[in-house]
Amino acid sequence: MTDAAICPACVGLPEAPLKQAAAAGTDQIVLSLPGIHCVACINGVERALTGLAGVASARVNLSMKRVTVGIDGPTTPEALIDTLELAGFEARVLDTSLLDAGSDSYGKGLLTRVAISGFAMMNVMLLSVAVWSGAAGATQHLFHIISASIAIPAVIYAGQPFFQNAWRALTVRKLNMDVPISLAIILAAAMSLYETFVGGAQVYFDAAVSLTFFLLIGRYLDHRSRKAAASAAAQLAALEVPRVMRLTDGNRQMVDFGDLAVGDLIQVLPGGRIPVDGQVVDGSSQIDRSLLTGESKPVHATAGAHVTAGEVNMTGPLTIRASTVGGDTTLRKMVTMVDQAEAVRNRYTAIADRAAAIYAPVVHLLALIAFIVWLMMSGDPRLSLNIAVATLIITCPCALGLAVPAVSTTAAGRLFRAGLLVKDGTALERLAEVDTVVFDKTGTLTMPAASRDMLNAEEQAIALALTQDATHPVSQAIAASLDGVIPAALTDQQEHPGKGLSARYGDLQVRLGSGAWLGKGQGTYLQIGDRAPQKITLHADLRDGAKALVTAWQGLGLQVHLISGDDTAETQAVADRLGIGTWQASTRPEDKVAYVKALGAAGRHVLMVGDGLNDTGALAAAHASVSPATAADASRAASDIVLLNDGLTPLIELPLVARKARRLVGQNFAISALYNAVAIPIALSGFATPLLAAIAMSTSSITVLLNALRLRGRV
Amino acid sequence: MNILVILIPASLILGALGLLAFLWSLRANQYDDLEGDAWRILSEDEPPTDD
Repeated sequence: MTDAAICPACVGLPEAPLKQAAAAGTDQIVLSLPGIHCVACINGVERALTGLAGVASARVNLSMKRVTVGIDGPTTPEALIDTLELAGFEARVLDTSLLDAGSDSYGKGLLTRVAISGFAMMNVMLLSVAVWSGAAGATQHLFHIISASIAIPAVIYAGQPFFQNAWRALTVRKLNMDVPISLAIILAAAMSLYETFVGGAQVYFDAAVSLTFFLLIGRYLDHRSRKAAASAAAQLAALEVPRVMRLTDGNRQMVDFGDLAVGDLIQVLPGGRIPVDGQVVDGSSQIDRSLLTGESKPVHATAGAHVTAGEVNMTGPLTIRASTVGGDTTLRKMVTMVDQAEAVRNRYTAIADRAAAIYAPVVHLLALIAFIVWLMMSGDPRLSLNIAVATLIITCPCALGLAVPAVSTTAAGRLFRAGLLVKDGTALERLAEVDTVVFDKTGTLTMPAASRDMLNAEEQAIALALTQDATHPVSQAIAASLDGVIPAALTDQQEHPGKGLSARYGDLQVRLGSGAWLGKGQGTYLQIGDRAPQKITLHADLRDGAKALVTAWQGLGLQVHLISGDDTAETQAVADRLGIGTWQASTRPEDKVAYVKALGAAGRHVLMVGDGLNDTGALAAAHASVSPATAADASRAASDIVLLNDGLTPLIELPLVARKARRLVGQNFAISALYNAVAIPIALSGFATPLLAAIAMSTSSITVLLNALRLRGRV
Repeated sequence: MNILVILIPASLILGALGLLAFLWSLRANQYDDLEGDAWRILSEDEPPTDD
């Protein structure tokens, strides 16, 4: 297998079932470990888990970045996750029902069939070479009989995936790629068997088995990329199993999201996501609404404030009375909107299917015409059938069956190494057609950051000391911008929800917080003792590689747009810095969908790049979509490609790879067509020999595979 | 040509041995985690679950 070293390979490979039954425990929990990357991680995770009570075994699969835990006692996924987080590994529950967990029996079955048909092909080919080199008479007859006894069982066993698919298509009166394939294999084997019995000179056993072998390789590659895509999608979709803290008569209790009723009291701790729409009854906190509105400034919420599912509670515990639960929440409605948009996208037909729709009828017609014409000309049904079968074999769909899977496997492998996870099988084909890119601003092109130049050394040290342990995004942005500063020694640190932070610095009171709190206007200020408050400017900092990405994509002829939920000044500033001419500010989620749809209606193929829940609808409505790994779960689920790194640089080569992949698929089809154009006249005129068929089939398959591998080089 | 009586079975048996070896490795889940197993052999301390 030439492609054994390619990596989505690893992603697509079946998951390691644990040690067999006895050691595996009575139940299994599968956890996703997005951060693991080396042997130390493997050992660390396995050691941390096996030390726990109730855990029978733990086995990390590094290729799939997950661990399968065998359970033989009472324990919960939450307990396992806590243990792993304490040991320094990020972990999340995977819903095993979505993962189609356990062994990949279909993939293994395919591989077994590849091996068997490969074995048969080599041996039959060996015997055939002897026949082609001139073995005659009894020797030729003996070789034919041995070939038959190897090839017939091999074809019957290994060809089953094609036979089953073809039969399924025929029962609903349709033609797919597998119908001509099955017909060619069965007719070639049956006719050769007949020729063997009557002592004929030409048999096509080698053609029948090598056809099976090459096509099975294509089928396996296809299955592997599908499996990788499905597993990536499940991994991203299954990230959070929602559990909610409900207050009943003052007692806290963890319940499933689905068990909530209207009027329930729910407690949300700082850092938690609000699960329902409702009203705050107790507590006061800052709320990050950016996932829903794109507005990056946190909002203050106290008793009486209305909150929406999907918002994140930042600073203090909140008690919320649920007003809508389950499918009625704003969050769920947004997810429904995404599902509707995705249904439209699924109407896209893959290139391979379009090719098959043309190919199958043409080949059948050719073979039939050959049979009828030769029957009329010669009156010899045996000869006519021979020629019809030769036509079927020589128009070999091998290259056609390999053309797409070989390219998409190579492309997905290349992108995976660059840090891009391809979730959808047709994503690359759609990406190649893209001519317009719409970027979301906040969280995609920019990250919030503070500028430090306005503070002197003492102020910097105090600001860092105040903010370094705070959870508020503004605090975190300030702390991040003060990288390299030594924090001042502070005592008596306090957090004032909705206002800011305070502490004692020597005998001075220091405060950092909103302008309103410190007697100033809008913005964030730092005050030391009674000195005048000093403003800390916050601005949106560009993500790593944002400028290079925009410039490179513009250079590729893509039209770049910027849309944001932020105000005009902020959006324009970012657009100017990036050199983006077309931008729109204050865009609500439904406006984003409308924006993308309007571009689509104008005949543009739009690539949407975004991360927030507010982008989700637009991501699904676009022709193709990309989101960073930091994006909201629903957004990642809605996009075709997920960027695993923080920097945007890996995205630069994405359209190049997609375009080259499409070019290579086109070339591969052209190569197959060329072989056919040469071989079909030979076959139709009755000059085809088994040797010629074998050469045409092998060379076209190998050329196509080698051509696909060119994608690993420079694009 | 009598040598064929030995050579053909010999080549078939050798081929079948290779086939069986591959099928065994496939059944034994040796292709499940290519990346992880490549790292595991470099690990000095035996992972606790390996017995």
